[in-house]
Amino acid sequence: MRWQKTAVFFAVVSVLAVLGLAAARERPPWSTPLVGHPAPDFTLTLFDGGRLRLSELRGKVVVMNFWASWCTACRQESPVLEWTWQTYRSRGLVLVGVNIWDRRSDALRMMAEFGKTYPNGPDPQGRILQEFGVTGVPETFFIDRRGRIERKHLGPVTRDLVVRVVEPLLTAAEP
Amino acid sequence: MTQRFLKLAAYVVAVAALLAGAAVSAQTIDDRVRDIARQLMCPVCEGQTVAESSSELAEQMRAVIREQLEGGQHPEQILDYFVGRYGESILAAPPKRGLNLLVWIGPFAVLLGGVGLAVRTLRRWTHPPLPGDAG
Repeated sequence: MRWQKTAVFFAVVSVLAVLGLAAARERPPWSTPLVGHPAPDFTLTLFDGGRLRLSELRGKVVVMNFWASWCTACRQESPVLEWTWQTYRSRGLVLVGVNIWDRRSDALRMMAEFGKTYPNGPDPQGRILQEFGVTGVPETFFIDRRGRIERKHLGPVTRDLVVRVVEPLLTAAEP
Repeated sequence: MTQRFLKLAAYVVAVAALLAGAAVSAQTIDDRVRDIARQLMCPVCEGQTVAESSSELAEQMRAVIREQLEGGQHPEQILDYFVGRYGESILAAPPKRGLNLLVWIGPFAVLLGGVGLAVRTLRRWTHPPLPGDAG
């Protein structure tokens, strides 16, 4: 009888463990192994022909936004991004737009439509987006002055979110 | 007799190794890309691996796999590259280590427990305890 109880207990524990583990593997969508780690370095050829290398922005707070012109949420957040650039650039923030899964002409049209003035460039081979583990648009990464990814945000950013995340990063001591 | 057997065994092992080597080298780069892509889930698809998906991201991931294979990276290193960026949930099968071992061992443990229980119950049915027996 004791043996039977032990067997039933063992079976129940095993099933619960498997279910628990399956639930644990369902990571919240905003979590990524990269948060808390140095951002992968990359060179982005901008739409205007210039080049931007992330490691050369060390000492600045970098907000990286992955977007596409066909994405409604990207259109929704466009004014917030331009506001972020205009408001914080003098305090040491750089906003970088990375256009993915898009046509160049459509991207340029949307940039003109929303008056995007911050550095923007395409990632036609999807190399940068894979380095950052991007799974959709829009996705925004907040990188501190030491080049460490502080936060990843899925979906459109809001002014509240930007202020809440960027202010502490800007006031943090320079490395 | 023993020496002859050892020689024969060595011969068999050598031939097997040669055949295995030939099989590996006969794998084209496409096969190797597909093998790795089958082990990765497409992050923007529902239940499809990178090998199966026709999404742009899956296509770009296959290109990175190819590039890394051509650069001399081992399949494990390539899988680690994607796990480092997308987390372990990118893997089509959980790795056989740590807590994940439960996923692999758990079903067998449950099966074993069930078989044991069934055997025990059957034994009790076929050999019921005598009325005077204790316990």
